[in-house]
Amino acid sequence: MTTISRRNLLKTGATAVAASTLGAPMIWAQNIKDITLRQFGTGVSNLNEVAAKVKEDLGFTLEMTALDSDSVTQRAATQPKSFDIADIEYWICKKVWPTGNLQAMDVSKIKNYDQIIGIFKDGKLTPDSTIAQGTAPHTVGFTEGPDGTTFANEQTNWMTLIPTIYNADTLGIRPDLIGRPIETWAELLNPEFAGKASILDISSIGIMDAAMVCEAMGEITYGDKGNMTREEIDKTMAIFTAAKQSGQFRAFWKSFDESVNLMASGEVVIQSMWSPAITAVKSKGIPCVYQPLKEGYRSWGGGIGLSKNLSGLELDAAYEYINWYLDGWVGGFLMRQGYYSAVPSTSKNHMSENEWGYWFEGKKATAPITNPFGDVMAQAGELRDGGSFNDRMGAVACWNSVMDENQYMVRKWNEFIAA
Amino acid sequence: MGLSARNQGSLKSWAMLSPLVIVMVVFLILPIAMIVTVSFWQATEWSIIPAFVFENYAFLFGSPVTYKVFVNTFKYALITWACTLLIGFSVAYFLAFHVRSMRWQITLFLLCTIPFWTSNIIRMISWIPFLGRNGIANSVLMSWGVIDAPLDWLLFSDFAVILAFVHLYTLFMVVPIFNTMMRIEPSLIEAARDGGANGLQILWHVIIPLTKPGIMIGTIFVLTLVMGDFITVRFMSGSQSANVGRLISNDIALLQYPSAAATAVVLLGTVLLMISILLRFVDIRKEL
Repeated sequence: MTTISRRNLLKTGATAVAASTLGAPMIWAQNIKDITLRQFGTGVSNLNEVAAKVKEDLGFTLEMTALDSDSVTQRAATQPKSFDIADIEYWICKKVWPTGNLQAMDVSKIKNYDQIIGIFKDGKLTPDSTIAQGTAPHTVGFTEGPDGTTFANEQTNWMTLIPTIYNADTLGIRPDLIGRPIETWAELLNPEFAGKASILDISSIGIMDAAMVCEAMGEITYGDKGNMTREEIDKTMAIFTAAKQSGQFRAFWKSFDESVNLMASGEVVIQSMWSPAITAVKSKGIPCVYQPLKEGYRSWGGGIGLSKNLSGLELDAAYEYINWYLDGWVGGFLMRQGYYSAVPSTSKNHMSENEWGYWFEGKKATAPITNPFGDVMAQAGELRDGGSFNDRMGAVACWNSVMDENQYMVRKWNEFIAA
Repeated sequence: MGLSARNQGSLKSWAMLSPLVIVMVVFLILPIAMIVTVSFWQATEWSIIPAFVFENYAFLFGSPVTYKVFVNTFKYALITWACTLLIGFSVAYFLAFHVRSMRWQITLFLLCTIPFWTSNIIRMISWIPFLGRNGIANSVLMSWGVIDAPLDWLLFSDFAVILAFVHLYTLFMVVPIFNTMMRIEPSLIEAARDGGANGLQILWHVIIPLTKPGIMIGTIFVLTLVMGDFITVRFMSGSQSANVGRLISNDIALLQYPSAAATAVVLLGTVLLMISILLRFVDIRKEL
């Protein structure tokens, strides 16, 4: 009995080794099973499914830790030994890179580099698109050399983060309770929705949404919404404080679930929202639209960075992981949840024609669309809010960012909450 | 001989004390000392620098937000205290003097504690669907014709915050007051009645003075709980109001530990001051 099971074990082991050798054309496939890479990041892309697939395809273990973005920043900046791979947003990279805790990545080792979308390389989606305000990913995506601590102005052979996931955010609305078209960010402060509006209480993102609104109202013209002057911050907060005191807002939300509950219960009919929250409301059978607005989107992007402590076999494994990440399976997995992948061309191979058409090309769904967890996201005949990839990512007005006046902004934001 | 025996005795008593002393030092004195120390440190956006500077306190006392938030915190504490005292005293009075049999007293008392079998976050959050715009409260009031349009101030308002506080903390008032009331000699009340006092006079001149320690203990519970809370205010006001606890939690979220520590020290000082003033009125140790 025991011998049989041991033999079985050996057999499965051998198959696993064979499989990983086939998948990864490297000699070290024998040793790689013992490797554990510790990845941490925000919840969006730290998915256990990815870790399981890494084990299956590459053979090594990926440990995932999900934290909120403040803790992620802190950990990347202060505890470089506590992780091997940092899954962070580009604006966090702007804060963390100068600490020297991450190492630059050799572009020549990235197989699909040429396929990475232009946003992350020269900032342009198409050759004639204009670059949005804020911390655009390409501005913090490259460094001068392997030991560079500053950002390069153009593409170099050394990348700070490998882009993984990104999306364009806008306002969520309840079309059934509003009953008329919503076209501009300015509607958030429209007195028509007094007591039925909400904005998120995360200062660094909330201030950007506030700026989109103030600019749409024609009250303020910003030099750069992603890097406001003190005067611009004061003016923005003055407008929002006045609105708060006249009862415009029903509540502010801080967590994903709060935003879902506010919208689903009808307490709020228009608010800042994240795309999976829209899906969560819709899955309760309540109409909810991620409303494209004429001023454009507030966008965010994340990427993978390598700890400076990685070397040898671990570093090789990390590169293997990055190449695997851009190879399409993860991209398809993320795109079927409504996010975008940095290398859409490879993700396409892991999506059905219907899924690709709905999520990427903005075509009508030909059959019900489900996410990777089996929830139905759209019925046949439905269109994605905002349309195709080019329509959505081509209309980005501003990237999530960290301002030079960040601390001042945070104080002003706290005053706004206490007002 | 005698000396060493006494030494032995004191050694023994020290040994008996030591578990408590160790627990207090490790879990109370050290953390507070740490907080006080950190409150003088400096912080940038992502690092904390040991130093001895007063900038955290200077910013705290120099900002109008601080005063506004402290006033708000006192407001919540006072209103909650008044409501819990009124309700808590009435409930305890009813239990102690109107319910005659011991069995019913215990049954009813246990009934009061049933809500405490669930976490207080759950008890608090369950108000949200009840008070919401399309919640049970509004739909009932509308179906009765009391109101024509939903009342928005029921939820995400100061009203909601105080309602939740009162709901959460009234029991902390009931228990100590009930406890002291049960220990009032019935003969004292009989004597007062024999002396010709009416019910109100008995309440005012006999029962209330004798339940003061219970009231005081309940007051300390409620005040410290409300002053230190942040989650109730955040959820019930829909993040629209702030108290000192939220100020601290915001600082922590933004990695501003020194500033959070300074705020915590000021809050701790304020609460200790309030309690020491309260203890001037009643000597709890004598009364217990």
